[in-house]
Amino acid sequence: MADFLMPALGADMETGRVVQWLVAPGATVKSGDVVAVVETHKGAIDVEIFLDGVIHDLVPLNTPLPVGAVLARVALPDAAPVTATPALAQTPTLAPALPQQRLTATAAAAPAPAPARPRISPAARQRARQLGIDPVTLQGHGADAVVTLADVERAAAARSAAMPASAVPPARGGGFDPAQMRQAIAAAMARSKREIPHYYLGQSIDFAAASDWITRWNADRPPEQRLLPAVLLLKATARALQAVPPLNGFWENGSFRAGDGIHIGWAIALRGGGLVAPAIHHADRLSLSELMEHLRDLVQRARSGGLRSSELTDPTITVTSLGDRGADSVYGVIYPPQVAIVGFGRVQPQPWVVDGQIVVRPVLQASLAADHRASDGHLGGQLLAAIDKALQAPETL
Amino acid sequence: MNDATPQTMTYREACRQAIRDALQADERCFVMGEDVGLYGGCYAVTKGLLEEFGPQRIVDTPLAEVGFVGAGVGAALAGLRPIVEIMTCNFSLLALDQILNNAATIPHMSGGQFAVPLVIRMATGAGRQLAAQHSHSLEGWYAHIPGLKVLAPATVEDARHMLAAALADPNPVLIFEHIVLYNAEGPLDPAVTAVDIAHAKVRRSGSDVSLVTYGNGLPKCLAAAEGLQAEGIAAEVIDLRVLRPLDMATVTASVARTHRCVIVDEGWKSGSLSAEIAARLAEDALYELDAPVRRVCTREVPVPYAEHLETAALPQVADIVAAARGLVRAA
Repeated sequence: MADFLMPALGADMETGRVVQWLVAPGATVKSGDVVAVVETHKGAIDVEIFLDGVIHDLVPLNTPLPVGAVLARVALPDAAPVTATPALAQTPTLAPALPQQRLTATAAAAPAPAPARPRISPAARQRARQLGIDPVTLQGHGADAVVTLADVERAAAARSAAMPASAVPPARGGGFDPAQMRQAIAAAMARSKREIPHYYLGQSIDFAAASDWITRWNADRPPEQRLLPAVLLLKATARALQAVPPLNGFWENGSFRAGDGIHIGWAIALRGGGLVAPAIHHADRLSLSELMEHLRDLVQRARSGGLRSSELTDPTITVTSLGDRGADSVYGVIYPPQVAIVGFGRVQPQPWVVDGQIVVRPVLQASLAADHRASDGHLGGQLLAAIDKALQAPETL
Repeated sequence: MNDATPQTMTYREACRQAIRDALQADERCFVMGEDVGLYGGCYAVTKGLLEEFGPQRIVDTPLAEVGFVGAGVGAALAGLRPIVEIMTCNFSLLALDQILNNAATIPHMSGGQFAVPLVIRMATGAGRQLAAQHSHSLEGWYAHIPGLKVLAPATVEDARHMLAAALADPNPVLIFEHIVLYNAEGPLDPAVTAVDIAHAKVRRSGSDVSLVTYGNGLPKCLAAAEGLQAEGIAAEVIDLRVLRPLDMATVTASVARTHRCVIVDEGWKSGSLSAEIAARLAEDALYELDAPVRRVCTREVPVPYAEHLETAALPQVADIVAAARGLVRAA
């Protein structure tokens, strides 16, 4: 038996309510299924389950519940460990360190010294559970370095600096309030600017090769198979991050934690204001066509509703492109606890020096804003250079 | 006293006025104890009452606690309203059989047919160099006993008004008057004519740590809170007032605000009232606690006679400040 818990959909979420169950009690669910629509003050999200088994004890609809509250119980197949709480996996910060099961056979040998139990006050544990924070990850500031209520509240405040989540049209149960999203963005961005020592790098990139390649690719394909330049930017960034992993991950509790994959949060402006940056998972492993498909789907769902919980919680970096109607360049504000945001301005014809001659080339301004606690400019420069290099050989992407 | 302006009064005088009021209000009421009449009471609480009410109602007894407390139980059973004074709670152990096996138990044994509306006043506590046999704080022991109510007035107001509430209660009620408080002066609001004997009181509000105490611990905790304030720590001070039944709702509500608790008790730690409060917090308010419960209690020795040793043995303001600071500030 395992619990299916209210996930933390964005760092500033404290409570949510199930507005729709997409499964019936007694249904068999498997990991990755969307089982519920959860509404936060920022909108309704399709929530996936990461358990296999038979679901029951569904909570009633429209009851406000804190992050971490039990939404349903799942009877696991016999083989599954009873203690597993895979529902937590969708919010990495929630995952508790499971006690190591020691085999009786090896226990007969000299028992391994027990690791020191983290010292967390009962009140801090309780609050952390309510807020969906793993107190084990926190730095304690109480007497004897105990993690106290104040440490949890600080972590929650830091997290609430996080991403404005998604928008949802009224047809889905609504709840999306532009004013509230504005508030969420305000909190997240103010927090970012207050706490993250940003450094900024810019690079002009000759986009001719990429542009020509896209034109050729699209020339003999029906519209639904054509690519947008955005997928080249995504893929080039993903490829570059493979070479510079310290920019792909999170700054948490005073240290860098690498992402478990390259999950690029793609910033999508919403009609009516606000934005959301859901993840394209493992962008480095997707072909350009697959990326295009994901991008279309993501933009469509971001604007009409139906983003998945994992898409909101997983991004390891953000990429923002203001596109053809945007500005020449964009220097982003990092979405905590990520450590970098890559920005792309619009492609413009510019004078460009090739072999000592001034020629006109389509030029793209790429930028990087990165957390100086996690990386230095030298490394940041490598990322932009790698993006540049990748875009010069689009056929390899 | 019809003067509407708040007046100042000693704790001793408040106790005396309470007794005088009771004697005037109810002819079934009388005072009995060692040296309460001619001598005026060991701590002079009953001074002048013999002259005013006569030997029928201010009764000097032999030095025989089990006898006169037993007489008090009998008088209460027979319909009188005795106020028995035991010179110090140390001597009350001689009368423990009467208090526990009779006063606290007869209402139960009789299926509620017999009430024991007995009030026993005792002096308690240390701090006046009276040495071990006159300086102990045994109220926590009595708070162990079902069937008793145990009161610990810490303010002039409670000293003035708790007695009437105790006499009105059909159960045996023990009132522990702290020997150091007798000379303390405090305000008395004439507008207040009665107090309850059911609830603890928040004597000072604060958000960082709860100081839970009673009796002579109250002025010490208030002084500690003042000192902590200067350090930027807002201490809340809870005066238990009633040690049995404990008003844990007030204590846990305070801990729910502050998430930290220091219990200050002149009793010893082991098997004590402070242990009981800490245990109940662990049982009922664990998830409110952001730090371990701390206790500032009397050292586990017979209270010494020598002044510097007595001071060292008892909870002092600096000890309370240090305990609270240790919970609030990082080590």
